[in-house]
Amino acid sequence: MAEHKGLNLTLKVWRQANRQAQGRFVEYKVENISTEASFLEMMDILNEQLINTADPDGPVAFDHDCREGICGMCSLFINGRGHGPDDQITTCQLHMRKFKDGDKITIEPWRSGGFPIIKDLMVDRTAYDKIMQAGGFVSVSTGGVPDANAIPISKIDADEAMDAAACIGCGCCAATCKNGSAMLFVSAKVSQLALLPQGKIEAARRAKAMVAKMDELGFGNCTNTGACELECPKSVSISHIARLNREYIIANIKD
Amino acid sequence: MKGFFKSSIGKKTVMSVSGLFLILFLLFHLCMNMAAVFSAEGYNMVCEFLGSNWYAVAGTMVLAAGFLFHIIYAFVLSIQNRKARGNDRYDNQNLPKGVEWSSKNMLVLGIIVLCGLGLHFAQFWAKMMFAELAGCEEAVEGFVATAGYEGRAAVDGAAWIKYYFHNPVILVIYLVWFAALWFHLNHGFWSAFHTLGASNSKWIPRLKCISTVFTTIICLGFAVVAICGALS
Repeated sequence: MAEHKGLNLTLKVWRQANRQAQGRFVEYKVENISTEASFLEMMDILNEQLINTADPDGPVAFDHDCREGICGMCSLFINGRGHGPDDQITTCQLHMRKFKDGDKITIEPWRSGGFPIIKDLMVDRTAYDKIMQAGGFVSVSTGGVPDANAIPISKIDADEAMDAAACIGCGCCAATCKNGSAMLFVSAKVSQLALLPQGKIEAARRAKAMVAKMDELGFGNCTNTGACELECPKSVSISHIARLNREYIIANIKD
Repeated sequence: MKGFFKSSIGKKTVMSVSGLFLILFLLFHLCMNMAAVFSAEGYNMVCEFLGSNWYAVAGTMVLAAGFLFHIIYAFVLSIQNRKARGNDRYDNQNLPKGVEWSSKNMLVLGIIVLCGLGLHFAQFWAKMMFAELAGCEEAVEGFVATAGYEGRAAVDGAAWIKYYFHNPVILVIYLVWFAALWFHLNHGFWSAFHTLGASNSKWIPRLKCISTVFTTIICLGFAVVAICGALS
């Protein structure tokens, strides 16, 4: 069992009162943080401290919900990386044992044109919801839960669709991308349905509608740097971007 | 296809198709240049064949169109990407290993390639094909004569190679240009296939490998021609 230690840390946190306000970094000291605490628990401790000391800026606003890496609500750019220094996890799965006593931790919100800051570390990610509303669904009634083998699906397709469906829509891809591109997110959503018979029928319409909405919302163009894949907490592959490109080009040729 | 070329993927498709076309041209150009390594006469025969003939002029026009599309769309996409990124930057961003340096600097590399292309045009194309088309071959011949060369300058490509690459500064500039071209193509080649959808999880590493091998052959080939010219 790992040895429990108390960490004394300096937190450099982005504070911004609202969407229009000028933001700035503020440094806070937190003491005796358990190495067994999660990163968000450490943020909770900081907020208790700020409430108890009646800090003029109040507690730090940050997004969180399930705290088990599946809802996609938590975000945060920690020490220059989306979801922090660990690979393939969300911020809520990050633990303080990844840090050392005396560390200075820089905590920033997602910074991308598509995700305007609401307050402090909270950003508006409704753009992703709008892209989903444009076509990220199957529009026919699929009925109840079907028999497992009623519709044969190859293992390769089932696995790839499942890998794409692992995307939790946290926005780390667009926040990491130097172009502010949402292609990894859109491609994952297009792929997970295009690979399965229930979603294949509307694949062309879906690809066109979701890409059109993505462009309309001002996300950037993919230049295949692969940074999104490396920072994605669910390791969604950029091979899905190739599939989206293929679906989109074929859909337009068939028009 | 309505609205296709206005979409992000449509614009990237134009970049990919024009990029692959330019890569094909580079391969053709290298094959032509390699003749100079083995035989000055053979190379000059190629130069004469591709002089101011109608097919060479038509090919040049198509090539220029390819360049123009590639360059214009590169700037359009870069401006859009900058806007999409927003004005706020991270205090620091430590990208994990695996992000190619060239993929983050394609525009800068492209501008370096373009500058090198300008120099190359001024030194070779303007004094050969353009001089023939513009009917100012005599002026070019006079220029070459002052450097101690004789012959029909517009089709004496071997003499031009010797003339320019004997200057070590020009040689180094060209080698730097080829290095920038290597970085630009190394990302651009596989990226073009990926953008066109001709890629998947199995083919991404294969395409990257092919890209590195192909790009190295192209750039090394051009460097060999320049170095051989300097040593001749």
